Order: sequence, then C-alpha cells, then structure tokens
Amino acid sequence: MNFGELVREWKETGSDFVELILRRETAETGRKPEEVLGKLASFLEAMLEEAERCFGAKFETLTGLTGDNAFKLSRHSARMLSPFAHTATVASLSMAESNASMGRVVACPTAGSCGVVPGVLYALKVHFGATIEDLKAPFVVGAAVGNAVASRATLSGAAGGCQAEIGSAAAMASAMLVYYFCRDPERASHAAALSLKALMGLVCDPVGGFVEVPCVKRNGAAVNVAISCAEMALAGIESVIPLDEVMEAMAQVGRALPESLRETARGGVAITPTALSLTKEIEGRRPQGPSPKRSL
Amino acid sequence: MGLLEVAGPVMIGPSSSHTLGALRIARFVHKMTGIPEEVEFLLHGSFASTYWGHGTDRALLAGILGLREDDPEVKDPLPRAREAGLRFSFVPADLGEVHPNTVLIRARVGEVRSEVEGASIGGGAIRITKLNGVACSIAGDMPTLVVRNRDVPGALREILRHIEVNIANVYLRRSFPLDGTAMTIIELDEELPPGAFGRISSLPCTVQAFYARGDGR
Repeated sequence: MNFGELVREWKETGSDFVELILRRETAETGRKPEEVLGKLASFLEAMLEEAERCFGAKFETLTGLTGDNAFKLSRHSARMLSPFAHTATVASLSMAESNASMGRVVACPTAGSCGVVPGVLYALKVHFGATIEDLKAPFVVGAAVGNAVASRATLSGAAGGCQAEIGSAAAMASAMLVYYFCRDPERASHAAALSLKALMGLVCDPVGGFVEVPCVKRNGAAVNVAISCAEMALAGIESVIPLDEVMEAMAQVGRALPESLRETARGGVAITPTALSLTKEIEGRRPQGPSPKRSL
Repeated sequence: MGLLEVAGPVMIGPSSSHTLGALRIARFVHKMTGIPEEVEFLLHGSFASTYWGHGTDRALLAGILGLREDDPEVKDPLPRAREAGLRFSFVPADLGEVHPNTVLIRARVGEVRSEVEGASIGGGAIRITKLNGVACSIAGDMPTLVVRNRDVPGALREILRHIEVNIANVYLRRSFPLDGTAMTIIELDEELPPGAFGRISSLPCTVQAFYARGDGR
C-alpha cells in the first residue's frame, strides 16, 4: 500500500478514505472489505479490553527486568504530562509489561511495540468517550500507515532496527489520533511522517535478547512522540519531507544499520557492563536448561 | 503483508518471532499428527540461546497440543501436556546453515515418526523448511497434504485425481531410495472436501498420508 497515492486518490475523487484503503486491501490480498473490517474491529476490542484489564497493574515478567513500571506511573500524579498523555503512557507501559509476562496482546505492528497504539486508543476512550465504532476508521487509517511502512521498508527489528517497530507504532498511533479528531488523511500522513522522523535511526538493542529492556519503557516514551506529533499536525504543522520519502529514508537507514544493532543483543545498551552482568544473572536464575527429558 | 498482519494478530507475548512463530511451527505438526505420545524439540541459534526469556518452550508445547496463538493457556501449557500424557524434551542443537530461529520437531505417534523443521522468519510468519527429510517452503497456514508414496509411475497422477481444489504448490522428492518411496507435499488454496483425504490415504500407491488443515486466515 502506498499512503501518498491513497491520499492523492482521496483528494481527486473525494471518496471516503477508509473505503479507499479497504478497496486497495482487497486488490492486494483478495480479502473482502467486510471481513477485514470485522477482524480489525476484533483486534480493537481485544486491545481495549486488555488495556482496561492491565491498566496500572504489576506484572511478573519472564526475566523480572521489568514489571512494576506501569504500576509506579499510575500511582504518580503527573506534573508535566496532560491527563490524556498520562493515561496513554500508563496504558502503553501496561501492555508492554503484560506482553513481557506472556499476557494477551495485539501485535501492532509487533509484539515488542504492542503498547503504543492501545495507549492512544485507550486514552481516547477514557478522556473523549470514544467507542469501538468511533475508533474503527482511525484504526484502519493507522493500519494503512503500518502497511505502507511494511511495503516500503520493514516492520521487523531484526531487519531494520527498533525504528521499524517502535517508530512504525508511533507513526500508526499519531495518524490514528489525527484522523480521530479531524478526519483529514493528509494531516494524518504529516503526523505519521513527523513520528517516523523523530524516531528514525532508533536501534534494536534488547538486553539479553529479551523483549523487556529497553523495549517496555520505549513504548511509554514513544506514545508521547505519537501524541506530540499528532498535536503538531492538528495545529497545521506539516512535515517538510513527505511521508513516502520519509519511509524510503527509513528503509535506507535500516539497511545501513550493522547487524549488532538489529535485535542480536550485540550492540547498544545490550552490551553495557550493567546489561552484561544482568544477562549473566538471568541466565543463572533460569529454572532449567533445555536438556533432554527436562520439563519447563 | 495485509492490514490484518500489520495491525494484528491477537497473541500471547512476548515476541512475534520467538513466541508466536514457534507456536505456529509446532501447531503445524499438531495439525498433521494430532497430539503425539512423544516429542523432541531441537532448538537452533537464537531459539537455543534465548528460548527461556521468550517463552519459546511454552509456545512450542502449546502449539504441539493444538492451542491457538491467543489462548491464555499458552502461558502455562504444562497441565494440559501432563493430562495428555505427552512426553517432551527441549534440546539445544546445531542444525547447520539454517535461519537463526529454527526448530526441528521430532514427533512419535505409535510407530509413526515425523520430523518437521521450521523457521520463524519474522513478524510471526513461519516457513516449514523440511518435512520428513524433504526440503520445502510451506507457509503453514494453508491446507497441506503430505503423502509418502510408492515411487512408481502414475503415483502422482493417482493422488492428483482426488484433488479437485486449486493447488498452490507441489514438492516432490524421491526421499527413501532404499525402500522405493517418495514424498509428495501439496499446498492447497482450499480445504479438501470431506472424504477426499480418506480416499488418498487408501490409494494403493500411498504408504502414509497426513493432512494439515488451513488456519482460515
């Protein structure tokens, strides 16, 4: 899917933007629009359900490196974050920590970046009374942004670094926010471009290779990138570089990243002295090694 | 990749490649053989070194038990495995020049042994790369027919005669020269109609046959 093309088509034809996206999806995958919309709505429901259930909870994660961050922030009265951004950040941390504890999440676009989109959607629900019905169209627009990244660059941290996961998630979330408030695909595309540029070059450097440090808190930070970029776009601020070109640049940056910064845990914060000693400690603590006739 | 792969799926975390992909590979084996009596998971590369912190072991076990990717039981499949009397083990292994996230699954049901090698290639997508020794590249979510057949003229024609749905891919190899059998792997666009698999299983040229249903994605 090419987002710029979709926006041009929308301008020329004046058709409903979501219909245009769904028509393109049918042409590309053969799936019927109502089937796609139905499934997307079920993802949306699962997201909001889990965000509500996990909001501000404590989690026992697989490695124990994270688990109480959502809890801490939910108990903290925010000094700088708006109530909306506070809710979004807590929800985002909650989902990321639930993910690290083998909870149910929606990979959006990936499991490691699963907190960002539900963060903004849950905040829309809590602070603006948004219903599933209200959120469907913005969700489709955000998914189309992710789809455009997938076809031009990549959504995989192992292939393109964390910019591909957290960067894409923030772009999707900011496009959703803008589309929710103004139904303007062009402004949504500016928000997405601003988010991608803000996070461009972000490396994937998980401590020990596990989806916890720095992944969990990156979700909490990225949701605020999405919010600030959406606010800028709503104010009429435009990305000087069009979204499609930003995605192309992101693809090139991803290819230029050395393997050590692409999910291998061989670079970035993953090889700091603290990370190395933590990894050693975790390995020593693990219940049992994978050896014959051992149980979990 | 469509919108549904970008904005989903609903899954048990924490990792698309190390949890979801692992579950899908094992689930393919479950769809072929049902719950085996005994299973051995040979973990390669990143699967071997980080399996524990990603719940890869639990995901593999859940998959072989037939659990779906969004089932909360994926987190703790042990009780179900015990109940099913499943004997299982995880073994780190060097599987050679394969994708870093590869697992070789050896399953036994009665006297029937199956060997399936699969790779989790990113974003939860998988490839079944070897089936009972035959190299292939199966996505795992389409209906798949696996036949070990006598290596005689007309065997493939006989099998195909019973397949009326559209065929997506065919892999055919003379795999066991000593006992004169070959492996035929057929990926289909739609499910076989009722009865078709039974007819293929009882063909004179068929030695052994499996059918893995699609995931209706």
